[in-house]
Amino acid sequence: MRFYGVMRFYRALLHLYPASFRAEYGEEMCAVVARRHVSLLSAVFEILRNAPAVHWDILRQDLRYTARTLSRAPGFTAVAILVLALGISANTAVFSVTDKVLIRPLPFPSSDRLVSVWETVPGFKHMELSPVNYRDWRRMNTVFADFGAATTFSANIISQGAPERISLAVVTGNLFAVLGVQPMIGRSISPADDRDGAPQTAVLSYGLWQRAFGGDPGVLGRKLDLDGKPHVVIGIMPPSFHFPDQEAELWTPFQFPNSAFEDRDDNYLNGVARLRPGVSLEQAQAEMNLIAGQLRREYPKELGNTGAYVNFLRQDEVTAQRRLLLLALSGAALCVLLIACTNLANLLFARALVRRRELAVRTALGAGRERLVRQLVTESMVLSLSGGSLGVLLAALALPLLGRLVPSLPVSGMPSLDARVLSFAVLLTVLTGVAFGVVPALRACRGDLTGLREGSRAGGGRKAGLRSALILTEVTLSLVLLISAGLLLHALLRIQSVDPGFRSDGVLTLETALPMPKYAATTKRAAFYQRVLSDIRALPGVSDAAYISYLPMTMTGGIWPVDIDGRTLDRSEDHAASLRYITPGFFSTLKIPIQTGRNISDSDTRDRPMAAVVSQSFARRYWPGQNPLGRHFKFAFLDRTIVGVVGDIRVRGLERNSEPQVYLPELQQQDDSLVGYTPKGLVIRASGNLQLLLPAVRRIIHNADPEQPVSDVRTLSEIVDDDTAPRAVQVRIIVAFAALALLLAGIGIHGLLSFTVSTRSPEFAVRVALGAQPGNILGIVLRESALLAGAGVILGVALAYIAGRAMQSLLAGLNPGDASTFLIAAALCFLMTLAGSLAPSLRALRVDAITALRSE
Amino acid sequence: MAQKSPQPEEFLPLPAATFHILMAVAEEDRHGYAIIQDVATRTGGELKLSAGTLYRSIQRMLDQGLIIETVERPDPEFDDERRRYYRITPFGTSVAKAEATRLAKLVKWARTMGFAPQKA
Repeated sequence: MRFYGVMRFYRALLHLYPASFRAEYGEEMCAVVARRHVSLLSAVFEILRNAPAVHWDILRQDLRYTARTLSRAPGFTAVAILVLALGISANTAVFSVTDKVLIRPLPFPSSDRLVSVWETVPGFKHMELSPVNYRDWRRMNTVFADFGAATTFSANIISQGAPERISLAVVTGNLFAVLGVQPMIGRSISPADDRDGAPQTAVLSYGLWQRAFGGDPGVLGRKLDLDGKPHVVIGIMPPSFHFPDQEAELWTPFQFPNSAFEDRDDNYLNGVARLRPGVSLEQAQAEMNLIAGQLRREYPKELGNTGAYVNFLRQDEVTAQRRLLLLALSGAALCVLLIACTNLANLLFARALVRRRELAVRTALGAGRERLVRQLVTESMVLSLSGGSLGVLLAALALPLLGRLVPSLPVSGMPSLDARVLSFAVLLTVLTGVAFGVVPALRACRGDLTGLREGSRAGGGRKAGLRSALILTEVTLSLVLLISAGLLLHALLRIQSVDPGFRSDGVLTLETALPMPKYAATTKRAAFYQRVLSDIRALPGVSDAAYISYLPMTMTGGIWPVDIDGRTLDRSEDHAASLRYITPGFFSTLKIPIQTGRNISDSDTRDRPMAAVVSQSFARRYWPGQNPLGRHFKFAFLDRTIVGVVGDIRVRGLERNSEPQVYLPELQQQDDSLVGYTPKGLVIRASGNLQLLLPAVRRIIHNADPEQPVSDVRTLSEIVDDDTAPRAVQVRIIVAFAALALLLAGIGIHGLLSFTVSTRSPEFAVRVALGAQPGNILGIVLRESALLAGAGVILGVALAYIAGRAMQSLLAGLNPGDASTFLIAAALCFLMTLAGSLAPSLRALRVDAITALRSE
Repeated sequence: MAQKSPQPEEFLPLPAATFHILMAVAEEDRHGYAIIQDVATRTGGELKLSAGTLYRSIQRMLDQGLIIETVERPDPEFDDERRRYYRITPFGTSVAKAEATRLAKLVKWARTMGFAPQKA
């Protein structure tokens, strides 16, 4: 009984051997084992030792054979590897970005429990919290294990050497605990540090620690000067820690004074909470709705329409547009890979058919079908692994370009080819090898010996049908890519042609953020601006220069409610305006036209009525058809009088609608009021090379205040270009993908027709011998490619329309069925078909009847 | 494309199992189980080839051209249908000879160092 059990088990274990080996020797091995009464253990041991060795023997044999066959067809091998490398590199590179931006969890413990918490008003889903609402929400909720907040800020830091402008985050005492992170050295900020009057403390990022302190661990306890205020360094975060974005390099506690809890409209906190165990996002949202409702009833005036919005931190970090941009790119990369696979399947299929004689000979010599399939799959795997390796190298080269698609996340900057991305590449490579290798192998080895018949030709009607289907797929996919690329390119051009409302060429910009309380007095700031601006205007080539709170397109916030005739208008998108303090030269420097009234001037001082220059849309909205000059409105705490109207500019960038603009004279800014709006953006209009101006400008600023750092040096054109940079990068990549797809489809058509011509040349010869004209032969060949192109275009147009609808929000108002794009793409597709058909058609014309028939 | 025919030296040193199998099929054509028995007898039971090792070696030796499967079979009454018989090829013989020479040289050198007993 026991013996039969062992034999059954042994037979089952034989399946670990290759099928061909088992078929050959399985019975005999069983016979030997039966005679020798082998024990179960030794049977297992024997098989585990030998089966891998047999697999390895066969693999080595197949590899040797593959190396020989591939080296005999170097052209095919090179094309196959290159095609695969392109497909795999496209997907690997795009995946490295998609993974980083959309998939990979944030680098905090149980990061799937972290949520962001926002205030909402009609029209705005993501509004920061006011400190007092934060305090109440934190106190009243039961759904969060803990609830912290942070806001970003920048400050001048003087540590060792030159003054520097850095980004930092001001955080609540519990924020590090909410995130669940520990410092590398020292301690992080605790609730004790966050009390009003506690000593000022600072935690450094690894990068800042290295840069400003040379990585000296003795920095703990040392004092650091932040905007003139001393802070004690208490800890260093590890290099992987970034919060709330990549830019923040230092963290300090809020230390809210009591006055911070007075104004429920002063919103600047980004709420971050950790869900209590067992609480779902929906439950948290439901409770926050209740709390917001309760507060609405308590403070109907301030919170009349304020709600709460809770979302997973991971999802909130990426805008819907970025998400769609990346998804479109991933789809395009996948299309390229599919086309590459289809192409290779076709190439291998053609080769397998041509090699039918060889395969039939091997079958006749006793090679089983499994052995042959295994051999062919080894061949395709060798190709795909070579293509994959080359693809990973190409992806590494492409990453710097793709880096611009990564928004600022709480993760480190550039995407990289780490273990995760490499595993993806390996998986993709193996899948690819199987996808394009197995089907042709199975079909080619459909074991019959007809391949051995004298004069038998490769190929037949049924198989040509399959090959045509593959080509059809290629044409369709490449048209989808081509149309998508066309639509996105069209949209990009449309956005880039939007008039920003100012002239960006010939303007150098930089930032000098004046530290408080050193520059709390308006007179002191004014002296600085006046000295810097007059010295810069005196430089050769400079026509004008000015200061503004925030440069256009660099800061989308700074939006205030408008109060007209004593009535505060709903603080939704439609009734708010952007607030900027400027110096008099701003409009002329940016060439923003003054339409009526006057510019802001040096005589707009604090002893004069509060003046405002508004944009045209502001004037039109509140005083349509009337003269807006001399009208009053309350804005940012004070009553303002309109003295001039200027053209609108795109504050929020070319793609988004911007609120109307209100410009206030810098000289009328109150001491210690609206400190965040203190002008820091310097704009200089000059002729010639703007960069050459920079040393002189730096010297002027240094002379005005040796402790004042200069940061963010850019031309205004660069700022405008950056606004569409992610889109421009995406379009460039998709256009490259589409070109690649077109090329691959062309190669596919060329391959198919060449094959048709070579297999049908005897038929053509007979036709020529019977009096057919070259035109007839050409017609036969071209009809095949025209049919494929026609069918591909019909299918492709339908699919492309669906794809266009899916990415409609990326199209900047362009119709996803834009006729001109579709027509151009279809024409390109036909051209590609024609180009692919050219060489095989010419060959068909040259078929020599005698030679072709002799081989029959 | 003509391939260079392999030289016996390329296969040296020969795995022990391969050498024993070559010796077993040098005397007469043998089937698998007979090879195992022959090896066991010759080595006084010291080497008992497992079925896996045997057939894996046989497959490799067939590929390398050291042995062939014979077409002739013994009398049907002594024969089992399942059995295949193997015979050494001339190339197999020269590989076995080359291995024996290599081993003999090795023993000779070992002897001069006093690692092996002197010839009687």
